[in-house]
Amino acid sequence: MAMQSSYSDASASSVDASEVAKFSKLSEEWWDPRGKMAPLHKINPLRLTYIRDAACRKFDRNVRSLNCLSGLRMLDIGCGAGLLCEPFTRLGAQVIGIDPSATNIAAAKLHADKGHLSIDYRCTTVEEMDVRERFDIVLAMEVIEHVVDVGAFLDRCASMLKPGGLMVVSTLNRNWKSFALGIVAAEYVLRWLPRGTHQWDKFVTPDELAHHLSRNKLEITEQSGVVYNPLGDRWTLSSDMDVNYMVVAEEV
Amino acid sequence: MAAQRGIVIGGGAFAGLALALALRQGLGPDLPIIVADPALANRPSRDPRATAIVAACRRLFDALGVWDAVAAESQPILDMVVTDSKLEDATRPTFLTFGGHVEPGEPFAHMVENRRLIDELVIRAEAAGVDLRATAVTTFDSRADGVSVALGDGSVIEAALLVAADGARSKLRERAGIATHGWDYDQSGIVVTVGHERDHDGRAEEHFLPAGPFAILPLTGKRSSLVWTEKRAEAARIVALPDDEFHAELEQRFGLHLGEVKALDKPRAFPLGYFVARSFIGERLALIGDAAHVIHPIAGQGLNMGLKDVAALAETIVDAARLGMDFGQIDVLERYQRWRRFDTMTMGVATNVLNVLFSNDLPFVRSIRDIGLGIVDRLPPLKGAFIKQAAGLSGEVPRLLKGEAL
Ligand SMILES: Cc1cc2nc3c(=O)[nH]c(=O)nc-3n(C[C@H](O)[C@H](O)[C@H](O)COP(=O)(O)OP(=O)(O)OC[C@H]3O[C@@H](n4cnc5c(N)ncnc54)[C@H](O)[C@@H]3O)c2cc1C
Repeated sequence: MAMQSSYSDASASSVDASEVAKFSKLSEEWWDPRGKMAPLHKINPLRLTYIRDAACRKFDRNVRSLNCLSGLRMLDIGCGAGLLCEPFTRLGAQVIGIDPSATNIAAAKLHADKGHLSIDYRCTTVEEMDVRERFDIVLAMEVIEHVVDVGAFLDRCASMLKPGGLMVVSTLNRNWKSFALGIVAAEYVLRWLPRGTHQWDKFVTPDELAHHLSRNKLEITEQSGVVYNPLGDRWTLSSDMDVNYMVVAEEV
Repeated sequence: MAAQRGIVIGGGAFAGLALALALRQGLGPDLPIIVADPALANRPSRDPRATAIVAACRRLFDALGVWDAVAAESQPILDMVVTDSKLEDATRPTFLTFGGHVEPGEPFAHMVENRRLIDELVIRAEAAGVDLRATAVTTFDSRADGVSVALGDGSVIEAALLVAADGARSKLRERAGIATHGWDYDQSGIVVTVGHERDHDGRAEEHFLPAGPFAILPLTGKRSSLVWTEKRAEAARIVALPDDEFHAELEQRFGLHLGEVKALDKPRAFPLGYFVARSFIGERLALIGDAAHVIHPIAGQGLNMGLKDVAALAETIVDAARLGMDFGQIDVLERYQRWRRFDTMTMGVATNVLNVLFSNDLPFVRSIRDIGLGIVDRLPPLKGAFIKQAAGLSGEVPRLLKGEAL
């Protein structure tokens, strides 16, 4: 069966049929725009646009081309089931998606196989990756608020950039407003996220982020807040960086 | 090879062909775009109707590169009068006049003969590399990750999205189990092209006769296209009349203000109805044009609404494809539905109200509508808003309707 064989090259080995069924269900959940991951699907076009536009500017590509990222090597850290990896692969990038969760990686592989997309998914962390690997674009979207040592993590990410490469980071700011909206609202009131998803003291301010990046000779060349507009039920860019924000960093 | 799977469009009339062209422009040459319609075998088209193309939709045809070819044979509507009268009234009081410009130098509508436009769309689509197949979509099978579309010639296409552009009695809509909401007016629109002695000076006339609206729409030369509403049985009787008797009925309604008038082709009756599909989208499916909605031709907006669907759906798909997204996914299609369905409902309700008000000879109803029209006529801002709305330039306007390429 197609699903069996596609699973057999997943990184986790010797799994039985019930395991495969579980991953398949997880993959469907991740990819159902109206399911549990609906909030992520809703914000995804904005993240895709931000990253694509930054990459096209940096590498002098035409944003209207369906092949605008062709040939660019891209690392997506904390890729989940591949919500960023798949679109960027379609746009021609050579994408490596890493995630410490073996189930996420299995779910991601299943889905990519179904869509005949060739994506290099690995169940690993940046720290464990070969130190010689280099990328044109490194993405750390909604991950730094989950790592133990932000400084060390960003040092490692920066070291994997090719000269002239581009890094995009998104995360949550640390102040009273992000506490209210990011944790109380998102996890407890609106139930967008499971409770306990975030620990507020791990949130990173734009200044702290800039500080870590500049130590690695990276400068923030663009930054933007990301806000939810309840009227249009959609996310938009904003100058308000108090809660969610994204930055683009390049070599100075 | 394109990384994305293609799009199949079932129905190759105005809506389907315009969408195919818009997508080809926005998506580039690699992504397969297939239009299937058995009617593609009969070229040139034999459609007897003419359509008022409002400014926004003219801009769309311009952006698609088809306007230049039909421009010479299109008649700008420079002026519009609306009257309300009984058949036997000698003079028809004018309640509403519109000077017809949305922007200086841009008339708010042009009259174009359907067959000219269809033929040009086919030529353009072919040149742009749209895969035209003179066969029907017989059935389809949609899943979360794609749709298999079966054609009448026995082939099956795996696509990312199927678009139903197969008209009011859409089989594809039915097969998807999408119900419609609406009713039959028990009216028909008699369509006939007439020639007249004097020039119409680009003036469109809408006379609210007791049986319903009687529209005189200017064509090039000393010709006009009529849409003449009657009860269905009466319309069937009228179109079957011998030439001289038909002429008498025509003259009684048309009047002699343009001199001697005569029919240039055989009159045909089109049944009129109103409906809106309960949903404009389904799994891997989007409805456009008459497949999604049919309104009363009183406002001359049916096709124009279909072209707005085209502009909104094309923009939705192209924007998503340029982000590498799987554009057939339901969350992408929802953007299209949010964009179009509300506008359509508003237009549907407005034309229903117009029709009820104007297909009615009760003195009470007449006085209400006359006061209403009189007020609109005296309030320039309201009139301006009407013209913009009628020209398709209100609300969040898709790029193609602004004349911008995707
Ligand atoms: C009397 C009258 C006057 C009008 N005047 C105006 C006007 O002035 N202004 C205006 O904007 N609108 C006007 N309209 C409305 C306008 O004509 C329609 O809205 C327009 O033609 C709809 O275009 P469409 O492409 O959606 O569908 P259609 O023109 O109905 O085309 C549907 C196509 O689908 C094909 N098809 C059917 N089944 C299948 C299948 N299974 N597989 C593949 N193909 C299939 C058919 O062969 C056909 O070619 C008028 C309508 C009437 C009746």
